[in-house]
Amino acid sequence: MQGMMIARAKELLQNGTVNRVLGWQTGEFVYDITPAVFETAEELDEKFVYNAFCGNNLSKYLVKETKKDGKILVFLKPCDTYSFNQLLTEHRFDREKVYAIGIPCDGKTSGEMVKSKGLSGITGIDEDGDNITVHTIYEDKTFNRDEILEERCRTCKSKKHVAYDELIGEDGEVLDSHRFDMVAKLEAMTPDERFAFWRSQLSKCIRCNACRNVCPACTCEKCVFDNPASGIAQKAAADSFEENMFHIIRAFHVAGRCTDCGECSRVCPQNIPLHLLNRKFIKDIDELYGDYQAGAEVGSRAPLVNYTAEDVEPSIVYHREGK
Amino acid sequence: MLKISLSKIQDLFAAIAADEALYIPADNAGQPQFMRWQEGLAMTDALNTVRSAKDFFFPQTENLVSFKIQGKSIEIVDPRTETEDFVVFGVRACDVRSFSILDRVFLVDPKDTYYENRRKHGTLVSMACSRPAETCFCHTFGIDAAEPEGDAVCWKTEDSLYIRANTEKGEKLLEKLRPMMEECGDEAVKAQQEKTHEILGKLPLNNFTTEKFDGDVLLKVFNSDKWKSLSEACLGCGTCTFVCPTCQCYDIRDFDTGHGVQRFRCWDSCMYSDFTLMASGNPRTSQLERFRQRFMHKLVYFPANNDGIYGCVGCGRCLSKCPISMNIVKVAKCLEGEL
Ligand code: SF4
Ligand code: SF4
Ligand code: SF4
Ligand code: SF4
Ligand code: SF4
Repeated sequence: MQGMMIARAKELLQNGTVNRVLGWQTGEFVYDITPAVFETAEELDEKFVYNAFCGNNLSKYLVKETKKDGKILVFLKPCDTYSFNQLLTEHRFDREKVYAIGIPCDGKTSGEMVKSKGLSGITGIDEDGDNITVHTIYEDKTFNRDEILEERCRTCKSKKHVAYDELIGEDGEVLDSHRFDMVAKLEAMTPDERFAFWRSQLSKCIRCNACRNVCPACTCEKCVFDNPASGIAQKAAADSFEENMFHIIRAFHVAGRCTDCGECSRVCPQNIPLHLLNRKFIKDIDELYGDYQAGAEVGSRAPLVNYTAEDVEPSIVYHREGK
Repeated sequence: MLKISLSKIQDLFAAIAADEALYIPADNAGQPQFMRWQEGLAMTDALNTVRSAKDFFFPQTENLVSFKIQGKSIEIVDPRTETEDFVVFGVRACDVRSFSILDRVFLVDPKDTYYENRRKHGTLVSMACSRPAETCFCHTFGIDAAEPEGDAVCWKTEDSLYIRANTEKGEKLLEKLRPMMEECGDEAVKAQQEKTHEILGKLPLNNFTTEKFDGDVLLKVFNSDKWKSLSEACLGCGTCTFVCPTCQCYDIRDFDTGHGVQRFRCWDSCMYSDFTLMASGNPRTSQLERFRQRFMHKLVYFPANNDGIYGCVGCGRCLSKCPISMNIVKVAKCLEGEL
């Protein structure tokens, strides 16, 4: 796959279709991959990589990259194409300046995932079909791919690309994932249990803003939390109330726009399951207004910004007993 | 050297906690973090905590002073109440070293009395490493992971915990623990150290050095055209600065309480758009400049002002936590080609 991608990127650079290529580049170890812009065939040969660790969703970078001259080639995994469409719906970048290639994905893992299996001193990885062998200075260990996939990949919602100019490889299907199972479990808890769950998770937050800054739905020129005039600007949460508020406000701001790409949970240094907050909103929207997937198409009227006579009444909150 | 069986470690914790607050690295909802010891709280096996131990002396937020306004009078209230002595147990060698870097900032004139107060009250008990990770490069800065600094130092083997005092504060702590511990030789510790050194030699960053940055390199590094590609993908999130044990920047703000003013400080990050914001705006208008600041500070400015000591202890946190996997090692390796 990587070889085909590099070959195609070179072609498109050479025939002048694009001026730059947005992809992933290798790092110090096997897993520390960085999004990067490539301008020459040599750079592509030297550093371009596509493997099980290329989790970063590149679509948000298009906001910045399309402000530059010329056209950029971007590689998109299926889940990334939803963010791509959502950004277009919100007029966040110029589609004319992008050439998008959809690429297949068998699920991604990460250095943190591998380490969570108790491994340390990682020196290499071998991928052999569904088997992934991790080499460390202490031991070698083979995993079935599913065991070390990130949560968002274990509950992948779609292998189908919803936006592209061309595809490499075969397109997949929208999947029947179990991504709302944990939300349903939380809903089944008593309010006290649920509060305890979230307090214990959110108490770890260091307010590093990684979740916000990586989020393709968070593209405001000036975030309320950075704007001294907003009255709620904070660089650090002073207490548990502010900790909660940051996350709740952010979840509200992306409600109906979050495509469930899972980047927030991937980047959180404290491993807080932020996706569960967003999925709660998605599940509610599905149940109250009918199934809706943000980013499935460009220009759709999201339920929360669209009025219909069938919309639920606010009293629904009462009928649902606060769940 | 003193020794105690690991099966009795909770008794040891109880003995320390009898007179002062004790913090140990423990599991907090799946992440290693220093937590106040209470009966039964177990020490984690994780190599290091996500947040470093700097929080104890330089917390993420703290109130500096409050002003209470009543009619025409303003009362100034000093909120400092901490007089409690405390022990931070199980600090790794890299993090212990971070304090000599922070001391150079907070304990020079004018002294930061908030920090100084906590330093006075705190005792650091370090823990030698026996299973370093690929992201570790403390040795780059002359730190020996098997022989950490600290008021007292511990080594954990299969079945025992060994402990030795390095300072007066450490002696005082050990005096108290002596009755429940056993005097012993240092053979087991020596054996573990030897093994650890062998492992350190196999780490992928074993040969990484910052030597090229020694000397007068400021303008060369600053003007390098490599910063563009290095900073291209940076999200400006600040994760790297918040997990870093040596990052020392803070912001001071006033909060209007309605009947007065609460002046507090909180960690700041040079990666943020409002860092060093002044009337004319942020002097660093692009993420490239902000990104460059972080690494210039660690690799060039800090050593230039501090006898050549780098502003990094090689803990590897920024290596494992940056969402785009850009970090000081990649930056230094890329720039050293220019020097
Ligand atoms: S990424 Fe995690 S630690 Fe950072 S602000 Fe978001 S929730 Fe908090
Ligand atoms: S270097 Fe990484 S952790 Fe630091 S601000 Fe940039 S993206 Fe965030
Ligand atoms: S710069 Fe990175 S490796 Fe160095 S002390 Fe800070 S977090 Fe640790
Ligand atoms: S200038 Fe940046 S790198 Fe230096 S201490 Fe401050 S936040 Fe850390
Ligand atoms: S950097 Fe060194 S001292 Fe720190 S955890 Fe790793 S081996 Fe231990």
